[in-house]
Amino acid sequence: MSGANRIAGAGRLTPAKKVRFSFDGEIYTALEGDTLASALLANGVHLMGRSFKYHRPRGVLGAGAEEPNALMGIERDASRQQPNVRATVQEVFEGMTAVSQNRWPSLAFDVGSVNNLLSPIFAAGFYYKTFMWPKIAWEKLYEPIIRGAAGLGVAPASADTDHYSSRYLHADVLIVGGGVSGLSAALAAAKTGASVILCDEQAQMGGALSYESGVSVDGVSGFDWASNAAAQLAALDNVRVLTRTTAFGYYAQNFVGLVERVTDHLADPRADMPRERLWQVRARQVILATGSIERHMVFANNDRPGIMLSSAARIYLNQYGVAVGTKVGVYTANDSAYETAFDLKRAGVSVEAIVDCRDNPGEGLLSTAADLGIQVLTGHSVVDTKGARRVSSMIVERNGGGARQTFAVDALIMSAGWTPSVHLYSQSRGKVVWDDGTQRFLPGECPQDCASVGACNGTDALQASIDEAIAAGVQAAVDCGKKPASTVITGEGAGDWTGGMAGSAAGAGADTTVKAFVDFQNDVTAKDIRLAVREGMHSIEHVKRFTTNGMASDQGKTSNIHGLAIAAEALNREIPQVGLTTFRAPYTPVTFGSIVNHGRGGLFDPARKTPFHDWEERHGAVFEDVGQWKRAWYYPRVGEDMHAAVNRECRTVRESAGLFDASTLGKIEVVGPDAAQFLDLMYTNGWSKLKPGRCKYGIMLREDGFIYDDGVVARIAEDRFHVTTTTGGAPRVLHHMEDYLQTEFPHLNVWLTSSSEQWAVIAVQGPKAREIIAPLVEGIDLSSEAMPHMSAREGRICGVPTRLFRVSFTGEAGYEINVPANYGPAVWDAVWAQAEPLGACVYGTETMHVLRAEKGFIIVGQDTDGTVTPHDAGLGWAIAKSKPDYVGIRGLMRPDLMADGRKQLIGLKTKDPNTVLEEGAQIVADPNQPVPMTMLGHVTSSYWSQNCGRSIAMALLVDGRAKMGQTFYVPMPDHTIEVEVSSTVFFDEKGERVNG
Amino acid sequence: MLLIHCPYCNEERPELEFRHAGEAHIARPTNITAISDEEFTQFFFLRDNPKGIAFERWRHMHGCGRFFNAVRDTVTDKFVTTYEAGQPRPDLPAGGENEKGAGK
Ligand SMILES: [Zn+2]
Repeated sequence: MSGANRIAGAGRLTPAKKVRFSFDGEIYTALEGDTLASALLANGVHLMGRSFKYHRPRGVLGAGAEEPNALMGIERDASRQQPNVRATVQEVFEGMTAVSQNRWPSLAFDVGSVNNLLSPIFAAGFYYKTFMWPKIAWEKLYEPIIRGAAGLGVAPASADTDHYSSRYLHADVLIVGGGVSGLSAALAAAKTGASVILCDEQAQMGGALSYESGVSVDGVSGFDWASNAAAQLAALDNVRVLTRTTAFGYYAQNFVGLVERVTDHLADPRADMPRERLWQVRARQVILATGSIERHMVFANNDRPGIMLSSAARIYLNQYGVAVGTKVGVYTANDSAYETAFDLKRAGVSVEAIVDCRDNPGEGLLSTAADLGIQVLTGHSVVDTKGARRVSSMIVERNGGGARQTFAVDALIMSAGWTPSVHLYSQSRGKVVWDDGTQRFLPGECPQDCASVGACNGTDALQASIDEAIAAGVQAAVDCGKKPASTVITGEGAGDWTGGMAGSAAGAGADTTVKAFVDFQNDVTAKDIRLAVREGMHSIEHVKRFTTNGMASDQGKTSNIHGLAIAAEALNREIPQVGLTTFRAPYTPVTFGSIVNHGRGGLFDPARKTPFHDWEERHGAVFEDVGQWKRAWYYPRVGEDMHAAVNRECRTVRESAGLFDASTLGKIEVVGPDAAQFLDLMYTNGWSKLKPGRCKYGIMLREDGFIYDDGVVARIAEDRFHVTTTTGGAPRVLHHMEDYLQTEFPHLNVWLTSSSEQWAVIAVQGPKAREIIAPLVEGIDLSSEAMPHMSAREGRICGVPTRLFRVSFTGEAGYEINVPANYGPAVWDAVWAQAEPLGACVYGTETMHVLRAEKGFIIVGQDTDGTVTPHDAGLGWAIAKSKPDYVGIRGLMRPDLMADGRKQLIGLKTKDPNTVLEEGAQIVADPNQPVPMTMLGHVTSSYWSQNCGRSIAMALLVDGRAKMGQTFYVPMPDHTIEVEVSSTVFFDEKGERVNG
Repeated sequence: MLLIHCPYCNEERPELEFRHAGEAHIARPTNITAISDEEFTQFFFLRDNPKGIAFERWRHMHGCGRFFNAVRDTVTDKFVTTYEAGQPRPDLPAGGENEKGAGK
């Protein structure tokens, strides 16, 4: 037998198909098709977890997606451990391992339950009040303890080894929910020939038909009809039926995210199967048939294991053949619980009493109860329960007071009515409307091409739901251009349920201090909500955040309406005036795996590699990430650390020469008769007079006058410029140029083309640079007379075309060899073959940084930060004085940008030449002033310079250029560094070496 | 994910291909060096950010590369229309405009 509580002949599972699983180390037997919850209940296990805050013992509340309590860890192996899985959704498979959460050391004996005794300090808002001061204690003491003791589940210790799939799907009609309404709509839409997707979160279609025992549709039992209809639909070419598939998010323009659980229910999934499949659906029409969710009753100690929704008990009985107890009590404000009681009684389960807080239950119920021999107490309420790890009794009192009766029960089922599932409608930006007659929020006008049908639309009667769904299915198809086709479906036997209540029940009212839970997952009681109102929270959004009601992973599917009603009562206002909080995606939790999907590793963050990358790797380069680029950082030789390697590289470049991979520089080809005029507008410099074959350093501003980018620009021909940008700046500079060209200066005849990856660039820098490249270059006179500093030539190198620039970012004479990227590696090999015998080295970005800092060359984004003008950076010389216009010209005229007291870029020399400042460190005039000190600037670049034999730094300092030679201080946590303001040029101050 | 109609490609394409580019119909003054600080502030710093109908620029970054204008309702996220850069503001259906923003 697969559990003592399985009733022979009840449910739809096959007794012969047994599977074994473990829960907290115990081995249990289940039936194929069981959920973890039904399997545990079959085995008499009601204690399934501990609550989040008070660590109270909890059992299962529901039987579906709304479950707040029974959250488990499901483990396949070390890398596949999923926390917070709802036991009501997880199907059991052979060999499954489940563990309970929120308990230490064991579920039955939990140390954290002392929180229950300390509950006065854990009242609503305790996070905000109790632990606010002192701040340090929050970080070091309170938070780690709270997080450790609370927390939901344990994250897996290693990377996820599963894979996930992602698909796009387009359809005429997407139907969410496969109950009687969804199936009817799908049948009707499919008949017109429209392309239809029907999805349901359950393992099989049918929705409430899986447990509504009295319903028949088209002459057969409701569930059989649903199974047939699903099979019929799945066989059609124009229909895709997706089970175990949750529509979790409804976004703009009928874009709906579905996640399909492909293998979570399989014992031994094939390795090529994705664990989950993300469907990104764009539907022309959406039909929501998402049903409704039953609410619990809010009364004292309503959270003991064994107390659950009446619909859940009915599902466990009619779908899984499991009796949730042997002596069942019923507490209800609604007719639906009667049907559960009747089904249980007919299956042989003892129903101790139906306690109905109403005086007048729905028609016929009392007589049926009498026929079945069930005692009904109308006008009574359950005011308390007893039981340690499972409910053992319910205490009943006549409304208005009187003697209390105790009923021994081992399960208590309850219903406060049904809440339409308007989540997806609300996510579609639809506004819900309060229906006073039935006391519930219903979908209002649809802002998208969408319709709600059936229970989620407040349509209660079976045939009305079917008719509404058929009409919506046909209308959706017609709106997609299909011809209408008629569909007729007839349903009967559904109860016409009345009643329902929202808020706290008798014995849990405003004058009481009992624990009557509203939100089980976040341990929020009716008292907490009243406290929030007393503390001044008058908006439901504030109440929600103060109490955390509805903020757990179940998003308050069972608790929102109760919380709202209690707040409304405390505020003495009507429910619609207090308002409903907004529903947000996801409807139920979605794994990171599904969302991230293929976007992991290199597909999440692609690595960009230059044509020389392999060579650099072979020659021992250490790489650094610069944006997505992998750049050679330094090339340590045997026995060298970074410092030693960089010192050697820096010395070698200035003594002989060095090769550097400059391929990552952004490059833009600016071409057209108006190219020079365009650059005149984009850069501060003047370009019209630049002769073909010459280069110029350009500064680009934003309209506000601040430096946006810089780089060397070569004029290749009258109508052609080779523009370089910073490594990280290439895309935004091109975007910026395109913007002006397309929208502000469209009269200019210019074309812009990104050529960053078309050119491989080898910088050869140092006194021997010319000697190195000369044997390889054809057709270019390399003499300084013919090709001086800042010139550019086209010719050939190693037999391939080149744009050869004589430029320098080191202060040494040097070249940048641009060759088509595919020729890069061969040319590099040839250049290196020349360079190595001459004592040259290959150097990385760190040496490049040091060498440029020795010369005071700035790096935009390091020495500037978006608030630095050319004047601030000491680059005022690069602004053409006679141009009538360029981007940033007016910004530079702003009073604040021309005023004294701006931070200016200067050099800093530490008094102790061996001390290297930290980049970002602050500069003050008087280190002995009280904290907070007046900060005058900060260090932007700082290095050890082997060539200067001392540390060097650049900094932005208030009025820095007027403070040459003055002493300032850089306070550090444990000492203060004395510095002197200097020029930014530390090496070769006359700048003669570039001409060598 | 929004679908956006590129008026140059004349196709509806996914949002991922596009990049938002700020408020539309703010022309750079041709006499920019002559404008006052107040005018510069209006031109460069101040934006309407209306609730409701907004005129904005988009670029079909990973498509044709063109900048174009769009009318979008910032409450519903719905695009009313898109049109080529340089075109005047389109006439909108009555009642489709909010008080601020659109009339300027
Ligand atoms: Zn386009």
